[in-house]
Amino acid sequence: MLTVLIDYAAGNLHSAEKAFQRMAREVDGGEVLVSDRAEDIARADRIVLPGDGAFPACMSELKGQAGLFEALIEAVEVRGRPFLGICVGMQLMARTGFEYETTEGLGWIDGEVVAIAPGDPSLKVPHMGWNDLVIDSPHPVLEGIATGDHAYFVHSYQMQVADPSQLLAHCDYGGLVTAIVGTDTMVGTQFHPEKSQSAGLRLIANWLKWAP
Amino acid sequence: MLKTRIIPCLDVADGRVVKGVNFVDLIDAGDPVEAAIAYNEAGADELCFLDIHATHENRGTMYDLATRTAEQCFMPLTIGGGVRTVDDVRNLLLAGADKVSFNSAAVADPDVVARAADRFGSQCIVVAIDAKTVAPGKWEIFTHGGRRETGIDAVEFARIVVEKGAGEILLTSMDRDGTRAGFNLPLTRAISDAVPVPVIASGGVGTLDHLVEGVTEGHASAVLAASIFHFGEYTIGEAKAHMAAAGIPVRLS
Repeated sequence: MLTVLIDYAAGNLHSAEKAFQRMAREVDGGEVLVSDRAEDIARADRIVLPGDGAFPACMSELKGQAGLFEALIEAVEVRGRPFLGICVGMQLMARTGFEYETTEGLGWIDGEVVAIAPGDPSLKVPHMGWNDLVIDSPHPVLEGIATGDHAYFVHSYQMQVADPSQLLAHCDYGGLVTAIVGTDTMVGTQFHPEKSQSAGLRLIANWLKWAP
Repeated sequence: MLKTRIIPCLDVADGRVVKGVNFVDLIDAGDPVEAAIAYNEAGADELCFLDIHATHENRGTMYDLATRTAEQCFMPLTIGGGVRTVDDVRNLLLAGADKVSFNSAAVADPDVVARAADRFGSQCIVVAIDAKTVAPGKWEIFTHGGRRETGIDAVEFARIVVEKGAGEILLTSMDRDGTRAGFNLPLTRAISDAVPVPVIASGGVGTLDHLVEGVTEGHASAVLAASIFHFGEYTIGEAKAHMAAAGIPVRLS
């Protein structure tokens, strides 16, 4: 079993790598590799797309490395390899991003990425810190995670999901903020599971065990 | 609902935790990684390492410490002290930091904040502002551990660095740091109200009520403290319970 964390020059992969390695050891989840090589993605059993940064820049980095984007599409869309997007990696799953400019996303979730605009003007942006999750739809990766559990968020844009069946969890920040999206083979978390202590590590373990 | 963060800060020099009184007297208080693990387990919301020798001794920052901490603590880690360039930010992020804090370098050249934010995103760029009261309702920036005055207005500077792309402000009152007399609340409120990004209040915490005031009167999004936690006076849990009792939303689980 090989899990590949895609390195596309978008932020800190060290802590994500360490969290996945630790949980892979706990659940007998195999090898965890950070790579930017298309051939590693092609042989991966599971794929994680992490990421910090702006939507257009990340999309362009993803498309800018030889064969990487094509390998990702092939693995996830054609071969149905379990996928996890984190933070911007989750946002890239949307149809369209509106950060700075209009950018086409991967189109895996029927949603758009727009600026967070809290109803309460005293709320700060970025939405930074621990917020409690509200679970909207059951999903295997949410086993043992309940409404009220906290996760660590840091973002200024968020995904608005058009298809309610793809919204797995949200939190409240002057309005609904999408926290987890998912389909039959893909999951995305707006928060950082690798920074969310026990609930985050649990989600990572669940995802590593998930066999859709 | 977003919770108010409690952030223990580990002042680090020569690989060891210290806590200076007004950045002068240093007391060795242990191994930073061990302390980080303990705070992780105690329910701290984030951790902050400040390399307090880096600026004056022109040393590089602590990649090894970041790496070892990130291997064991699955919580957000901010590192500051001696961060000068976009490459410094990159090296710290790669080592395991989640956020990197500029201080003196942002005063010398605010555009370094823009360059770093453009490259890595605002979410990981913190600007640490050390300010002293110079007249009632007026605060100025001091650098180099509070020893060098700049004549720059602190509120105006906060606005500038946020425009450049800082995603968070770590505000330390140099009048209060090490005094245990509580945050400088007018300063904290002036800056919190002036910028759209979160402000972390720092400098002067001596009691749990001070943490509460930083939020209710200072309008801070997070509170940072060192010595009240480092020497076991209060636990993170006690601090959170006290804040919750005062009506401040905190993460208890």
